[in-house]
Amino acid sequence: MRIDKDLVAAAATPLVLGILADGESYGYAILKQVRELSGGEMEWTDGMLYPLLHRLERQGYVTSAWGASPSGRKRKHYALSDAGRQALAERRRQWAVVDSALRQVWRLPSVRLAAPGAAMGTGL
Amino acid sequence: MAEADVESQIGRWRGYVQRHAGVSGDDVAEMEDHLREQIADLAAAGLSDTEAFMVAITRLGSVDEISREFAREHSGRLWKQLVLAPDKPTAARGRGSDEFAVVLILAICSAVAVKVGLAALDGVTFALVASLLVTPFLGGYFAWKRRLGRAPIAVVIVVFAGLAALVGLYPHPDTADTAALTGIHTPIVAWFLVGLAYVGGQWRSDQRRMDFVRFTGEFIVYVALLALGGGVLIALTIGSFSAVGVDASGFVGDWVLPAAVPGAMLIAAWLVEAKQSVIENLAPVLTRVFTPLTILMLLALLGAYAAGHGAADPDRTLLIMMDLVLVLVLGLLLFAISAREPGAPVGVFDRLQLVLVLAALVADLLMLATMLRRIAEFGWSANRIAALGINLVLLVNLTRSGWLSLALVRGRRTPAALERWQTGYLPVFGIWAAAVIVVLPPVFGFA
Repeated sequence: MRIDKDLVAAAATPLVLGILADGESYGYAILKQVRELSGGEMEWTDGMLYPLLHRLERQGYVTSAWGASPSGRKRKHYALSDAGRQALAERRRQWAVVDSALRQVWRLPSVRLAAPGAAMGTGL
Repeated sequence: MAEADVESQIGRWRGYVQRHAGVSGDDVAEMEDHLREQIADLAAAGLSDTEAFMVAITRLGSVDEISREFAREHSGRLWKQLVLAPDKPTAARGRGSDEFAVVLILAICSAVAVKVGLAALDGVTFALVASLLVTPFLGGYFAWKRRLGRAPIAVVIVVFAGLAALVGLYPHPDTADTAALTGIHTPIVAWFLVGLAYVGGQWRSDQRRMDFVRFTGEFIVYVALLALGGGVLIALTIGSFSAVGVDASGFVGDWVLPAAVPGAMLIAAWLVEAKQSVIENLAPVLTRVFTPLTILMLLALLGAYAAGHGAADPDRTLLIMMDLVLVLVLGLLLFAISAREPGAPVGVFDRLQLVLVLAALVADLLMLATMLRRIAEFGWSANRIAALGINLVLLVNLTRSGWLSLALVRGRRTPAALERWQTGYLPVFGIWAAAVIVVLPPVFGFA
């Protein structure tokens, strides 16, 4: 399944902030985690993560520091700031609203028929 | 597939990304780390190195798109980079505030030198040595920045000192032609000394010489920009002070200008050093705009000359103006060559450049003929020899440049040949200028 580009873009910020809430990380590891969390379904142009991280840094949601990889390469680590934690909480509230609205939409009778799996007779 | 191949591919990728405006060196390092880790993971999953590289590159996405995204995020970066984050990894010294402090100190020293010179020297002598009150500090900046060795430093200092002694101590009468000639040629020699420091002692290197040409062009652009801004500020200052009944022009003339002019020179040099790509993008545009215009101007001049204006009795001013035009042409040519993409195919612009060189060559030959006629009629003088000399120096350069341009347009020579010729010829200008300063005044009895 291909997920719509705009949807991926909208989810990118809370995903990155959420992953960083779990502890500091770096670009490649963040992407790997996104891939795992979405079961490989969220298609993401890897390079686009970095402008996003830089924007979050400018907005003060994350802080960055240069470190080194185990093999000694330069590596930039990102950590969530307090402002980032607040932003994450705020995003979470927003997504909760969207989520609850969507859940209600899915339950509307005519929408239910179009639900995935409904055609196969395994509906809810 | 050998690991070295992947290394070279990553190297090429890095070079490609670095050329994109808006992507800084650190961004590249960050993405390279990503790329390498991705390659390692894919290789561990069983892909060959080449396959892993291809997949990793594809996943990373279009560099154009990413750099556009970076540029959008860092819209101020082009200018921020200018002063804050010199990102070219070089062996040279100078990072951030450290370098700025050195520039500031040198600018202050130069301003003090100018102020002392103004106070201690008479008008004519000051005009003669003025360039020597600024350029040594520029040279000092590069000597510091390039960690110049003792021998080149000694050479630069000795030549600077010799030049200053010669210019200052030669008994030039105020109105002598030789004084004017010395005044014109001293900055040229001084600039070559700055160049000696700029190339960090590698004065035989074509590449470094070309860098200096590029630096010179960019330096001129920056100085013009700074002068423009400074001029507006000074005019506003004087205007607003006079509006409240205070005449600030004396203070501006006595204190602000002596400090601002050397300051602007050093700041301009530092700006060019700090970030080159901003103007690098401008240089080809400038040469493309002004090459056709200069051709038109030269052709019009030649037409006027052929129509008989000044042909019978060529006026001194005309000769001087023509020489200035030829020097401008040469500057344009050098700037254009320095800005040319080495691998680019021969295009309209190369043909235009050939036309420019040919037109300049015709103008130069006309000037030479006129000069020789004048010398035959009035005998030798310092001015005539200086003019004859620079015309000959230009003739040799333009002839060979025209030949190489023609070969380039016909596809028989590479742009590199033209570049090598110009960089190889550069010292001739400096040596000729030095000869004018050192030899001509005593020969003509400081007349």
